[in-house]
Amino acid sequence: MATVETNAASSAVHVEEHDHHEELSFLRKYVFSEDHKTIAKQYMFSGIFWAIIGASLSVLFRLQLGFPNMTLEWLRPILGGWIDESGKLDKEFYLALVTMHGTIMVFFVLTAGLSGTFSNFLIPLQVGARDMASGFLNMLSYWFFFLSSVLMFSSLFIETGPASGGWVIYPPLSALPQAMSGSGLGMTLWLMSMAIFIVSQLLGGINYITTVINLRTRGMSFSKMPLTIWAFLLTAILGLISFPVLLSAALLLIFDRSMGTSFYLSEIYIGGEALPNIGGSPILFQHLFWFLGHPEVYIVLLPALGITSEIIATNARKPIFGYRAMIASMIGIAFLAFIVWAHHMFVTGMNPFLGSIFMFLTLIIAVPSAVKAFNYITTLWRGNIVFTPAMLFSIGLVSFFISGGLTGIILGNSALDIQLHDTYFVVAHFHLVMGAASAFGFLAGVYHWFPKFFGRMMNPTLGHIHFWLTFVGIYLVFFPLHYIGIAGFPRRYYSFTTYEAFRTFGDLNMFVSIAAIFTFTAQFIFLWNFFYSIFKGKKAALNPWNSNTLEWTTPLHPGHGNWPGEIPAVYRWPYDYSKPGATSDFIPQNVPYSQTPESNLPHENALIALEKEIEAQNYNDQFKQPH
Amino acid sequence: MVYLVGLLSLVFLVLAILVLTRLTSVLKGVNGDTPTQESEGASVSNRVNGLLFLVFFVVGAGAAAWSFIHASQFFLPEASSPHGRHTDNLFWLTMSVITIAFVVTNALLFYFAFKYQYRKNHKATYYPENHKLELIWTVIPAVVMALLVFTGWRAWRDITKEAPENALAIEIVGKQFNWEMRYPGVDNDKLGNYNYKLIDAANSLGIDLEDESSFDDVTVSNEMHIPVNRPVLLKIRAKDVLHSVFIPHMRVKMDAVPGMPTRFWFVADKTTEQMRNETGNQNFKYEIACTEVCGQGHFSMRTTLIVEDEDSYNKWMAEQKPWLTKNPEYLARVPEKLKAKAAKYAPADAAAPADSTAAPVEEGVGATTSASLR
Repeated sequence: MATVETNAASSAVHVEEHDHHEELSFLRKYVFSEDHKTIAKQYMFSGIFWAIIGASLSVLFRLQLGFPNMTLEWLRPILGGWIDESGKLDKEFYLALVTMHGTIMVFFVLTAGLSGTFSNFLIPLQVGARDMASGFLNMLSYWFFFLSSVLMFSSLFIETGPASGGWVIYPPLSALPQAMSGSGLGMTLWLMSMAIFIVSQLLGGINYITTVINLRTRGMSFSKMPLTIWAFLLTAILGLISFPVLLSAALLLIFDRSMGTSFYLSEIYIGGEALPNIGGSPILFQHLFWFLGHPEVYIVLLPALGITSEIIATNARKPIFGYRAMIASMIGIAFLAFIVWAHHMFVTGMNPFLGSIFMFLTLIIAVPSAVKAFNYITTLWRGNIVFTPAMLFSIGLVSFFISGGLTGIILGNSALDIQLHDTYFVVAHFHLVMGAASAFGFLAGVYHWFPKFFGRMMNPTLGHIHFWLTFVGIYLVFFPLHYIGIAGFPRRYYSFTTYEAFRTFGDLNMFVSIAAIFTFTAQFIFLWNFFYSIFKGKKAALNPWNSNTLEWTTPLHPGHGNWPGEIPAVYRWPYDYSKPGATSDFIPQNVPYSQTPESNLPHENALIALEKEIEAQNYNDQFKQPH
Repeated sequence: MVYLVGLLSLVFLVLAILVLTRLTSVLKGVNGDTPTQESEGASVSNRVNGLLFLVFFVVGAGAAAWSFIHASQFFLPEASSPHGRHTDNLFWLTMSVITIAFVVTNALLFYFAFKYQYRKNHKATYYPENHKLELIWTVIPAVVMALLVFTGWRAWRDITKEAPENALAIEIVGKQFNWEMRYPGVDNDKLGNYNYKLIDAANSLGIDLEDESSFDDVTVSNEMHIPVNRPVLLKIRAKDVLHSVFIPHMRVKMDAVPGMPTRFWFVADKTTEQMRNETGNQNFKYEIACTEVCGQGHFSMRTTLIVEDEDSYNKWMAEQKPWLTKNPEYLARVPEKLKAKAAKYAPADAAAPADSTAAPVEEGVGATTSASLR
């Protein structure tokens, strides 16, 4: 194949050129690196670290929920004073666990870990750019994230405990240290950490958007962009618009906490005294929070859907079905994401009329989501499916997306939300559709692009085992949680024994806890496979999955600048798999139509004339040689 | 016990996967060829994974159906309010629609995965789009959604409309970590004003005695009594942080927000007694819970709700002493011009009009910011 030859030739050039490069110091190369691939790896390792922490916290509170009578004395060496005299988990620490699990998973794993890893890694490689638009800002973005991680991590070790008012940190609970101990120093650290985190997200987002718009290679029009890039672009736009609102919400909360303002506080009598604050509104905070909080769901989910689109098309050996409809539905979802936030607030005392408006808008989201699900399924139809571990995780993601998304139709209905709001039904819903689906997107991405990250392959058999254990495990955890929710069990309850209405289902809670521990344990298969393969994995082929996108035209270990010579031009969309008449079942994006007369569709023959034009383009000064 | 069976089957599933994958690697070893993309695609592992999707669907659907039936005895506890039965019906309607969608889409997903697994010398169908198909599956969900939204919206509108004139207004106040109730009393049907700055150890709700409607107000802190078949309007507020009133059997939930009174009205149409007979549980009690995280005692803000017929309710109400009667020292807070009216609520044994010097003094607060509860 033509491409393979070009690759071989270009890597030869690369070796020669390498000598001319001035070697960067260790610090500049691996720590304060401006190379998008290194930054992506930094995000990946940080994301995996946080995922282990976040999942461990969930195991701790699942122990309390599943085995309320168990003595946790054996955890005292780790948790110290958080185990009370009777050997049980401290009640406030339970809330701290729930809070930190949510915060860590949503922001540090699924926002920074997922988007940070794959947007950074894939945007330049798939649009054909030397690097991000600003390598320096990109480096700052990671190190701001690192700083925010340090602050959040340190809050786990302070005496008064980390923030404990739920990951949504609703004031007045989060504003008043006298309301719970976690609202003291822990909350201060939480707010500082999140403020810095938002700065990191904005720096990253600006970079992603600029790179996609300005640094696409010759011929890479928006209509030829892989769906991954579309997803990352829309994610970055969502983040850029909504994160500043969270920053303002956090700043106002900081003012209320330490400067005596009353943005969120009014008519409060606590700890034996009436506070002077009058006129603020806790509901204001909820509006501001969910104005980020809801788009955040899609900030987490869209990259996973983009990754899945790419992997499913590649491994089904079929073009993604309805490429344009996929883009349209992602744009639709991204737009609607901004105008549905108040469906989290149907029963907060918000005007019921507003509630009905938000119910209408919310249920519209089901339509583009359904289109996406149908398109994935149709892509599998009459395919020639290769079950790589990445493909398995992608199919699993589609299943979670459907199962979890459907229950959203119930919760989005304000009349039904009265009973189900803040019950385990909500927990089950968003863990499937957003948590598990996005986590599967991350895992699928790691399995698929591991050869590009490290030049080696992960062990596929371990990948298969990891998938099946995790897939089954996650359904065993979250499917029964729906039952517990329909029975009315409220969220964030330390124990259910106080109420007669919630005394049932003790055994089901135990089952869920066992399944959660089982699923958690299964992740160590992945960890072992991941770290072992980095050093000892089988050496990867240049294009191990026979994929069409540009990243597979780079050398096995792409250097700084990604392509040693010219950046390849792009002539076709990324989904020419199993094209009738073609000799191979894939035609990469950089193969011109003039080289494939046997498989061209009538309108594509007309595009041959444009090839010279595409080749003549030169948008930026780095396209011939990496600097 | 049942879950033991579930766990055991899980263990067997794990073992099955381990055996299958082990088999795969053994077979690979037998074939001995270098696993290129092609041979890997056609390999046993691909067939095993394809088959597992089918197995997963069949076993999963069976397990889901079985567990659903098994757990359904605890679903949506018997509704005791008309609007609750209405939303329950809507819930099950929506549930059946999404169950159909759930089964069909997952079935197709897993079946296609199994059916169209890699075959050597086979080429996938190049099928990039079909506008007609896409239009159909855009329109169908849109229409179904429209129907669900419409029915849901009508229910929502009815539930959230203004409470009827004859509704009994009861104030319920959340604080860390219990609920307190205030009834309008027997002499007038109005709850008196309150002001959070008047709150102290005895006057825990901040009752404002400059409003004569307050004199006969009754406070209760361990249980709430309501009459059956009469609209009840809950006037909800919070003293310290957010709370949320949740009465599972009544399908009632509304946040309690400091500084912003909220409300929810409903009709209970089954007395506690009736529910005891219906459920066969002689210890049955309606319960009120908190569903907005409010601190370490969040999980234990339990209050019982007693629904009784009008006569027993009136009898209970008549037995309650107004708050002012229980706290006669606060008579001093009553402004001069209302003293005569308040005298009626002085306890029989206490010397009438208490001396103002003997009472707790708290000057200059309240009057300006008194919120009206009418």
